[in-house]
Amino acid sequence: MTSFPLPKIPLDKWISAFVDWLIEHFDPVFGVIGTVVEAVVDSFEWAFLAIPTIVMIILLTLLAYRYGRRSVAVFTLVGLLLIDNLGYWEHTMQTLSLVLTASLLSVIIGVPVGIWSARNDTVRNTITPLLDFMQTMPAFVYLIPAVFFFNLGVVPGVFASVIFSMPPTIRLTNLGIRQVPVELIEAADAFGSTPGQKLRKLQLPLAKPMIMAGINQSIMLALSMVVIASMIGAGGLGADVYRAVTQIKIGVGFEAGLAIVILAIMLDRITQNIGKKVKQEER
Amino acid sequence: MIKIKVDSLTKIFGKRPERAIKLLNEGVPKEKIHQQTGLTIGVNRASFEVHEGEIFVIMGLSGSGKSTLIRLLNRLIKPTSGHVYIDEEDISLMNDEQLREIRRKKISMVFQRFALFPHRTVLENVEYGLEIQGMPQAERTAKALESLKMVGLESWANSLPDQLSGGMQQRVGLARALANDPDVLLMDEAFSALDPLIRKDMQDELVELQDKMKKTIIFITHDLDEALRIGDRIALMKDGSIVQIGTPEQFLMNPANDYVARFIEDVDLSRVLTAEHVMKRAEAVSLDKGPRVALQFMGDLGISSIFVVDRQKKLLGAVTAEAARKAVENSIPMEQILEKVTTTAPDTVLIDLFDTVATTSIPVAVIDQKGRLLGVLIRGAILGALAGQYEETKQGKNEVLISELTEEGGKVS
Repeated sequence: MTSFPLPKIPLDKWISAFVDWLIEHFDPVFGVIGTVVEAVVDSFEWAFLAIPTIVMIILLTLLAYRYGRRSVAVFTLVGLLLIDNLGYWEHTMQTLSLVLTASLLSVIIGVPVGIWSARNDTVRNTITPLLDFMQTMPAFVYLIPAVFFFNLGVVPGVFASVIFSMPPTIRLTNLGIRQVPVELIEAADAFGSTPGQKLRKLQLPLAKPMIMAGINQSIMLALSMVVIASMIGAGGLGADVYRAVTQIKIGVGFEAGLAIVILAIMLDRITQNIGKKVKQEER
Repeated sequence: MIKIKVDSLTKIFGKRPERAIKLLNEGVPKEKIHQQTGLTIGVNRASFEVHEGEIFVIMGLSGSGKSTLIRLLNRLIKPTSGHVYIDEEDISLMNDEQLREIRRKKISMVFQRFALFPHRTVLENVEYGLEIQGMPQAERTAKALESLKMVGLESWANSLPDQLSGGMQQRVGLARALANDPDVLLMDEAFSALDPLIRKDMQDELVELQDKMKKTIIFITHDLDEALRIGDRIALMKDGSIVQIGTPEQFLMNPANDYVARFIEDVDLSRVLTAEHVMKRAEAVSLDKGPRVALQFMGDLGISSIFVVDRQKKLLGAVTAEAARKAVENSIPMEQILEKVTTTAPDTVLIDLFDTVATTSIPVAVIDQKGRLLGVLIRGAILGALAGQYEETKQGKNEVLISELTEEGGKVS
């Protein structure tokens, strides 16, 4: 294979230099972020594990019953009992903590960015390709700088998960706000609403189902990152699967995988229905 | 008193609109400007004044720029050039804060597709304008309920908009616009999305409400019948320009150009024209002149009957030529041969007159409130007017004629 007789663009070196520069100048910032994120994950984990398993199972079942059909509640109950029975309870709660933290960050960052891009076409046009990039770049690639920034452990896992899972929240928040009919916006303006009032009283309420759909997708994507995150030291079910793969333990791999599936379906159904329930209750 | 003054207001859509302004001033037509520059003329140097307490209708076909024009008035769309003064304050120069203030207090809007907030109850919708002003909950609820009561929907306060019919939804829209007690109400095709019967009810209701409220209303419509029904004055728009401004009558009687004429040609004139519009000069003789003079007049004018009035021009009745001849022969005073005349008020619309005119032998007299003769309705003239061959008859002319006759009679006696 021959390439054009041009010198190779040293993109790799530039990126490395950029990451080095970031680490050099913003290390304290990363330190603070890392500490905070770790604290959040740890407190979730502590709380979930401090509650007796059976109480936790009942709580989650009630939550599923509140926001889903009865079948979702039954699935949650049986699924969680199975996880406990197979001995993956602690790891499942660790994974849940990681996923919740990543999702929480996705929402905290994603919703405002989504609102911003809904209000400003330039922002939207800048952000859209960036979001495409974040979603299509293989997630493993984020692991390397993540480790540089945050060392090994759960924090770089959360970081990679946030980058990978945030786009749907941003996209759907943007879309939801933009889909508010223009005549309603006109009506809000015609009565003298400030931009903030318009957002709080009209756009966000009407965009809520869409935003909830975005959050639901973000949670699912965060969950899909747990195995990858385990490669850099995040614990939980991901680590079990990763270990099973490297040690060719088919049975263990399947068990841990099944636990992830149960967690995924449970989270999906509950959050999906929160969006719908919010809509129904307002009607 | 002038409430709103619009001064050569122009809106051009597209980038660098100043290119089109120059062309507009040179009189280049809209299409040509679009070809040359790619710019679209929304509103072209519109100027008009709206008086306090009137319903000013802006009428035009779709694409004529009327919706743009109304949005320029509360600056939902920012004008390219020109000015809008409300109570002598220039809206086009206001900053966001001042603009919000004027939208909150002085000017509110009703929308074609209602634009009710689907996630809020009827009451919460009506409260909206007050809520964003920071009015306390109890106070704004009371005001909103009052406003809902005005449109007869207070029992629906806790329903959601989509549980209501179209007509009811628009009443909520109206209540919402009235809740903050604005001076000016902008109504953008407010009744166009309703079916015809409901629309008519709403028009009547609006006129009725307006009698109590005395707001200044600017009403957009593409429906000429609606414009004629509710408008105190009408502005007709075409291609972003105002073609004619006037009262409904002026529109029908003196269309400014062919476009206006074509626009109004489908109007059911019998519902718009009144007795006053089609009446002819009334031939009359005063009572004290006696049957001989009356007979003489009828002979001169070639008519078979003539109205009889007193010295104050008050209509007493009519005499036929036959009765007058007999009276002359037998020396009977005029009082005894007077026949009753069917009368009508000048503002009666023609459709209500057809039956009367068709069944009476002596022409129908048009009289004012004091019983004075204003004119006469002749079958041929009514049909002619309906066929569009209207020839203006000024009330003054009739009076001149009657007084001439009276004077003449005076000389004779």
